[in-house]
Amino acid sequence: MRSVGLSDKIFSIVVGSLVIMTFIIMVYPLLFVVSASFSDPVLVLAGKVGLFPKGFNIKSYVTVFQEPDVYTGYKNTIIYTTVGTAVNIIMTTLGAYPLSRKKFYGKNLFTAMLAFTMIFNGGLIPKYMVIKQLGLVNNFWVMIIPDAIQMWNLVIMRTFFQKNIPDEIYDAAMIDGCSNIRVLKSIVIPLSKSIFAVMVLFYAVSHWNSFFTALIYLTDERKYPLQIFLRRILIQNQYTEGLINTSGESAAERMFAAEGMKYSLIIISSLPILILYPFIQKYFVKGVMIGAIKG
Amino acid sequence: MKSELVESNPFSKHYNKTSRFYTFKKAVLPNWDLYIIFLPVLVYFIIFKYLPMYGVQIAFKDFSPIRGYLGSSWVGLKHFNRFFNSYYFWRLIRNTLGISLYQLIASFPAPIILALVINEVKNKHINKAVQMVTFAPHFISTVVLVGMVTMFLSPRGVINNLISLLGMKRISFMTEPAWFKTIYVFSGIWHNVGWNSIVYVAALSGISLELYEAAIVDGANKFQRLIHISLPGIMPTAIILLIMQTGKIMNIGFEKIFLMQNDLTKSTSDVIRTYVYQVGLLDAQHSFATAVGLFNSVINFILIVTVNKISKKVSETSLW
Repeated sequence: MRSVGLSDKIFSIVVGSLVIMTFIIMVYPLLFVVSASFSDPVLVLAGKVGLFPKGFNIKSYVTVFQEPDVYTGYKNTIIYTTVGTAVNIIMTTLGAYPLSRKKFYGKNLFTAMLAFTMIFNGGLIPKYMVIKQLGLVNNFWVMIIPDAIQMWNLVIMRTFFQKNIPDEIYDAAMIDGCSNIRVLKSIVIPLSKSIFAVMVLFYAVSHWNSFFTALIYLTDERKYPLQIFLRRILIQNQYTEGLINTSGESAAERMFAAEGMKYSLIIISSLPILILYPFIQKYFVKGVMIGAIKG
Repeated sequence: MKSELVESNPFSKHYNKTSRFYTFKKAVLPNWDLYIIFLPVLVYFIIFKYLPMYGVQIAFKDFSPIRGYLGSSWVGLKHFNRFFNSYYFWRLIRNTLGISLYQLIASFPAPIILALVINEVKNKHINKAVQMVTFAPHFISTVVLVGMVTMFLSPRGVINNLISLLGMKRISFMTEPAWFKTIYVFSGIWHNVGWNSIVYVAALSGISLELYEAAIVDGANKFQRLIHISLPGIMPTAIILLIMQTGKIMNIGFEKIFLMQNDLTKSTSDVIRTYVYQVGLLDAQHSFATAVGLFNSVINFILIVTVNKISKKVSETSLW
């Protein structure tokens, strides 16, 4: 018994130190960005900022808010996310509901047809040509329609309907003369609020973070979502209008301002998700779990 | 559903021509509105998923936009041959497989270890906190992630400050080809390890407590319980996820590589999909790029089907 006690103690110590290590590795980069965004950029670049802000100031945030691109991007991203998510939810429901119904003759064929696209696709160029021929290049709707359905989400929703809405309900509704559309509206949707919450979150986050569609199909800067501007500023280090207006004359000062702005920009651009995250975390977990059950 | 459909199943032995009308009347008509509901979805998939598959034919043609799909002349495997013989071919294969396999080996065990650790944390609050903190990075966009990596690893970034503090020479991580894969893989682990661990955490919580109690009675210590109960308990989940990830080997995360790479690191960072973007959209060699993309898709398809078949045989778990 004594040896068990000792090895358990060692085990607990190992687990404890792993937890602490995980915490540090996961949290430190995020905390650093927050601290750096409130610090004097000169000190950030000199490596003086560790965990807490040094030379506390909000100049970086002022610079960001004087950036016209950030406004444009923010506004566009909000529009794309709202409209896009609405279309996603409608289309995914229209697909998931019939496929969840046992009486939907041809269900297996349709499911196979949809699922096949998960393992094989035409590729980038043929898809680009289709979208071009539809006149969607540089069109507002290119951010909405080509990604109207994510097959994996459709599978999750279908599985949820199958598991949570008993056949008896459909039978009873049919006897009462309800149409399938009516059943969807008055029974299925009210009974499935939680899966809709999950779907809204999944789709909204993916719209908010989406970058590649805009890169390929949008050419007009006024239509760019936030992520495109973020790439320019964060990764490509392009100096921007707002920066030239606000910072001092010297190149060095401009560089410091640019560095500082990066950190505040990360915070500003991730703000909606950061604020909502603690409240919606459990729904995400739920969504993953439904998806994990083989459909 | 089985018994109902036997009579109307067109593949059943008793199928004959008159039953086709019977099927329509009995199975399709009463639920006609389901087909109306489904129609937009069908149209969407045909236009955005199946039309591009039809367009794949230009891989075998010299496509010119003026002549269109049908008017362009067939050239057989010309574009494929050009790709196989090109200077870039082996480099692209090496990078695609290299990054994928590195990622698979390094990042597959990470969420399992994390889940096992989370499972051992019995304090409810700490347990919740660990989960919350480790999931969070998943919601950061790829652009922001790459931005953070670039900033942290820049010659004057946090990591290099630490390195110089230790008295070593600063490293220009982002422009050094040898570092690309490592940065890609480990930033990916940071980004997704928590998210990927969710399934394992759930699988662990599904293991019957009686098993653990019996093991305690038998005198097994914590480590032995972990090895003999927890680990086998999540094996089926692990196998399915391994299959899924193996199937994605050729479909390596294009977006992140594209964002991370620059001209200096192309020798280790260029993968098939970034190459397709480069030659197809930037250089407008439509037919050639389609051929390269098709090569990628076909290999990927074969991979998924094979891996799935193998796992069906070996472990009786499969995707379909």
